[in-house]
Amino acid sequence: MNKAAFPLAAAARLYFKVFPWLFKVTGQGVSLKILVCMKQVPQKDAPLKLNETGAWIREDVSYEVNEPDAYALEEALRQKEKHTGEVVVITSGPARSQQVLREALAKGADRAIHLEDNAFVGLDAFNTAKAFAAAIKDEKFDLIFTGLQSDDYGYAQTGVILAELLGWPHATIIMHIEKTEGGIRVKRELEAGFFQFVDMPLPAVLTIQSGINKLRYATLIGIKQAKNKPLRKVALAEVQSAIGENLQKIERLYIPQKTKKTEHIEGSPAEIAKKLVDKLRNELRVL
Amino acid sequence: MPDTILVIVEQREGKLNRVSWETVTAGQAIAAATGWILEAAVVGASAASVAAEVAAKKVAKVYAIESPKLEPYTPDAFAAALKQVLAAKPPKLVLMPHTYQVRDFVPKLATAMGRTVISDCIAFKHENGKLVFTRQMFQGKLAADVSFGSAAPWFVTFQNGSFRGDKAESGDSAAPVDSVQVDIAEGVIRNKPQEVFKEAKQAVDLTQAEIIVSVGRGIKEQKNIEIAKQLAEALGGDLAASRPICDSGWLPMDRQIGSSGQTVAPKLYLALGISGAIQHIVGMKGSRTIIAVNKDSEAPIFEIADYAIVGNLFDIVPPLIEELKKAKAGG
Repeated sequence: MNKAAFPLAAAARLYFKVFPWLFKVTGQGVSLKILVCMKQVPQKDAPLKLNETGAWIREDVSYEVNEPDAYALEEALRQKEKHTGEVVVITSGPARSQQVLREALAKGADRAIHLEDNAFVGLDAFNTAKAFAAAIKDEKFDLIFTGLQSDDYGYAQTGVILAELLGWPHATIIMHIEKTEGGIRVKRELEAGFFQFVDMPLPAVLTIQSGINKLRYATLIGIKQAKNKPLRKVALAEVQSAIGENLQKIERLYIPQKTKKTEHIEGSPAEIAKKLVDKLRNELRVL
Repeated sequence: MPDTILVIVEQREGKLNRVSWETVTAGQAIAAATGWILEAAVVGASAASVAAEVAAKKVAKVYAIESPKLEPYTPDAFAAALKQVLAAKPPKLVLMPHTYQVRDFVPKLATAMGRTVISDCIAFKHENGKLVFTRQMFQGKLAADVSFGSAAPWFVTFQNGSFRGDKAESGDSAAPVDSVQVDIAEGVIRNKPQEVFKEAKQAVDLTQAEIIVSVGRGIKEQKNIEIAKQLAEALGGDLAASRPICDSGWLPMDRQIGSSGQTVAPKLYLALGISGAIQHIVGMKGSRTIIAVNKDSEAPIFEIADYAIVGNLFDIVPPLIEELKKAKAGG
């Protein structure tokens, strides 16, 4: 067969080698299009102060990516490496939160969606999920990952709500994901050291537990490439019609009242050691 | 007619999850504050025996919500069953424990009804006729009082340990049990759960330990675990850790304390470089004495500590080990 006579077939073979995910095949090797919902939260040891409303913090603190979301991204990248496909990252928040997307692109995500407005910070989980659903209405994902909860609000709800809004099945607190013939098999973490495998169809939403994998670092090349990757900005106005009044409202935020009387042990390390041993022996009687 | 509070207790294979008693206590307290009527519900393939157990408590009625399709647990079946029941006779307030199972289905249920869940609450307040629920935010550094902006039913989940389960009041006589058969249509359930299992048998049972030295992120590197180990040895205690340490593989998973690990209540819990995220605290707050060492004076662990040492654990621990050795030698 004269290859030159079939330039289209030759081109297709070449494309298949270079861009295998263009060719969706059945069974093993099916490519996966995965959306990862990420959030920027105050750094773990950032000192927090209340703002003048008394219902939120002053936002001049250092931020980082919500830790379980970092594991969700890592898992998406690993699934893509295994099955080919695409990893898209999405976040909502003011300009500063773009940093989370930039880091994800540098680690290997293909493109990003940024719902950019300070108003998104104050949305409850229901409205955040509605805004995300509106922003991705023209996309066709196989999987959506979220971290199992955020370090700021700690709702542990947005992923499950998003699944219900999309009409998709979901599973929470996931420690392992495997592609199967008809969908996926996931390992759910239950309480007190128990686990359970669950078979489910696609598309699906999974909330990812920290520790499901080992996080990678962005490479210098990755950071460079990230600058040229597409980042779609979505203005509040574009999703405004999808969101409504918050269904729950923070009346006030405050430093928790202590329920315990705490005794501070102070001094040089040597003095602290002496005082503590004295207490362990004479007051607590555990020595 | 006064409003109704519905407590949904949790059961697995016909056994009540004890944390449900805490939610009953919470329901009784809210009922006392508001004058609302307290009812309870059990959901499962056969809920009758657990319903009878709950009916002994001071509640007006217990619903046994049953369908063969509720076993094994799936979020699809639970949300479908409860939506039917709650839509037919909506209570004002629905209370549940904040367990992994509830987290899995309650946001779906509330969303399907166009409602919201105030999740992981630790208390309630009834001020000028208004109910607000207190929940921790920013990993326990701040607390928020949260109110509902939607119509009933209002969904609330309570954090493990927020109310005393043993304070749930018994009733003068057993409450009536209503059996409610729900119909879950073909095709509603999409997930196929397999058997629940435990990973490799737990080698370490920390629940029996009298003294626990526990390490968190503040330990910085795997090699530094050694000084915590030496401290545990000097105290005659066991070594444990918060989740990130086990996730990193620095200590095996069976030494993890917290919601996904073991729940302990030793005589002494010494927390080294543990900030005190909620997920860790629920696993150790029952300890008789808590000593915390952390360089961040605002770390939430100090909220529950009996003794606080604000400082670098690498400065504090070595002289402490020396002092303990001296004490043991009869110094």
